[in-house]
Amino acid sequence: MESQEIEVIKLLEENGRMNVEEIAEILALPKERVEEIIRKLEDEGVILKYKAIIDWEKVQEDFVYALINVKVSLTREKGYDDVAKRIAKFPEVHAVRLVSGEYDFQVVVKGKSLKDVAFFVAEKISTIPEVRDTVTHFVLRTYKEEGVNLFEDEEDRRLAFVP
Amino acid sequence: MKKTGGLPLSRRVAKKVEELKPSGIRRFFDLVAGRDDVISLGVGEPDFPVPWRIREEMIYSLEKGFTSYTSNLGLPELREGIAEYYTRFGVRALPEQILITTGVSEGVDLAVRTLIEQGDVALVPEPCYVSYKPLVEICGGEVVTIPTVPDFKLTYEVLVEYADTKAKILVLNYPANPTGVSYSKKELEEIADAVNEMDMVVLSDEIYAELTYTGRHVSIASLNGMEDKVVVLNGFSKAFAMTGMRVGYVIAPPDILTGMLKIHQYCMLCAPITGQIGAIEALKSLDEVDRMRAEYMRRRNFVVKKLSEVFELRKPEGAFYAFPKISSSGMSSEEFAEGLLMKKNVAVVPGNAFGECGEGYIRMAYAVKFEKLKEAIERIIEFVDEYGKG
Repeated sequence: MESQEIEVIKLLEENGRMNVEEIAEILALPKERVEEIIRKLEDEGVILKYKAIIDWEKVQEDFVYALINVKVSLTREKGYDDVAKRIAKFPEVHAVRLVSGEYDFQVVVKGKSLKDVAFFVAEKISTIPEVRDTVTHFVLRTYKEEGVNLFEDEEDRRLAFVP
Repeated sequence: MKKTGGLPLSRRVAKKVEELKPSGIRRFFDLVAGRDDVISLGVGEPDFPVPWRIREEMIYSLEKGFTSYTSNLGLPELREGIAEYYTRFGVRALPEQILITTGVSEGVDLAVRTLIEQGDVALVPEPCYVSYKPLVEICGGEVVTIPTVPDFKLTYEVLVEYADTKAKILVLNYPANPTGVSYSKKELEEIADAVNEMDMVVLSDEIYAELTYTGRHVSIASLNGMEDKVVVLNGFSKAFAMTGMRVGYVIAPPDILTGMLKIHQYCMLCAPITGQIGAIEALKSLDEVDRMRAEYMRRRNFVVKKLSEVFELRKPEGAFYAFPKISSSGMSSEEFAEGLLMKKNVAVVPGNAFGECGEGYIRMAYAVKFEKLKEAIERIIEFVDEYGKG
């Protein structure tokens, strides 16, 4: 990919709300060129979506997140992709990743309560024929999300003037 | 009470010190005190904290009890690391030619004290960082300033005009504080020609070397015939955001280094060990520098674009400063800086703090988070609209 495109991606990954004009100024590119790059990235599905990173613990309506380790047995007919897609299509499922190590998938499930999540796993994931075993870990607190620290940042302690 | 004799109070402080001009920005400290919501573009240091992996190394070192003096020269591992690292700027130095100092500030002091005695002349291009001139004067040397307005660049032609001064040293700082100006290899070769003709030693303050946005920094010490004529001064403050750790270094010809080491062992003994240990890790963390440089460069582009619409501005090639000409506002540097602070809560440094020829300019450091920088520039533009003439 072109370096100009990479530069645009980096800026938007850091701040999805940065507008075209600012991006153009920062990268010293014409505005039209930036618009063209963003359109191309969106069309090609490189940029999938613009969304906010929320610290849900600060919101009254709390959610429960669980990390679920899923072991599967594959058959000639059903590979990893097939099983993953079946799991991913549930709206309760936040993320699905194929991982190395003792289990096959790490699935992140978002629910309203512990019970909610536990039942969802029991009824919808464990019952998929290829799923052999699941282990559920409830998230108690999140300290960092998408590269953003969810604790108070260090303050700027610099003097106002330094030659 | 018995009188103790000696000099009257008015003569206690040495004359040379008494005569030093106080820093031009002292006054602004008082003005800024107690004001809320000030966005400061007056800070000549990175807004990033020390990268965490460097801090971790320093924390571990304290836990393990690394709290003693180091050798006068500094930790061998650090000096070896710097020798290797500086090849990226074209200099092949032996670890024996490297002395670790307590920031570049000490390095400049040592170099000046080693080279300058009563009546020796130092050429100092202005506008420039504030400490070169006083340090020469304390040694009894004479400073001849070279005004470089409006391009802020030294050239062969400009330098040879000063041949009559019989100057012993030339102070060079690039990328420069406060202008952001830097030099290409070709431009440095011209300067080197003049240096050779005039038989000077160059003090090359390269503290902003890593923050070069137009290709890679070239050290003047890397040019043919210059290895014996240049004292390279650098450190970890700017590129690695380690200002408070106070670690700098010097690469110098053997005779000069020996002289500097003598003074260093009496006045400083060694640079702080914790900082030196952090610096060893810093040299393994060059990707952190890349990350910060990229961010500064984005801000530079933004600042240049926005400010050029209002002021005459030379595009900075490095460091994190913009030095716009504000005289079109009808205000002096100090009036502008003071007004901007009082009316719009934005702190900048008046250009004349960096030498007389900086009058009519201000220095803006873009070492602040992008959102704040944006806000500050909006306020500056408002200020000019409301209070500038025409």
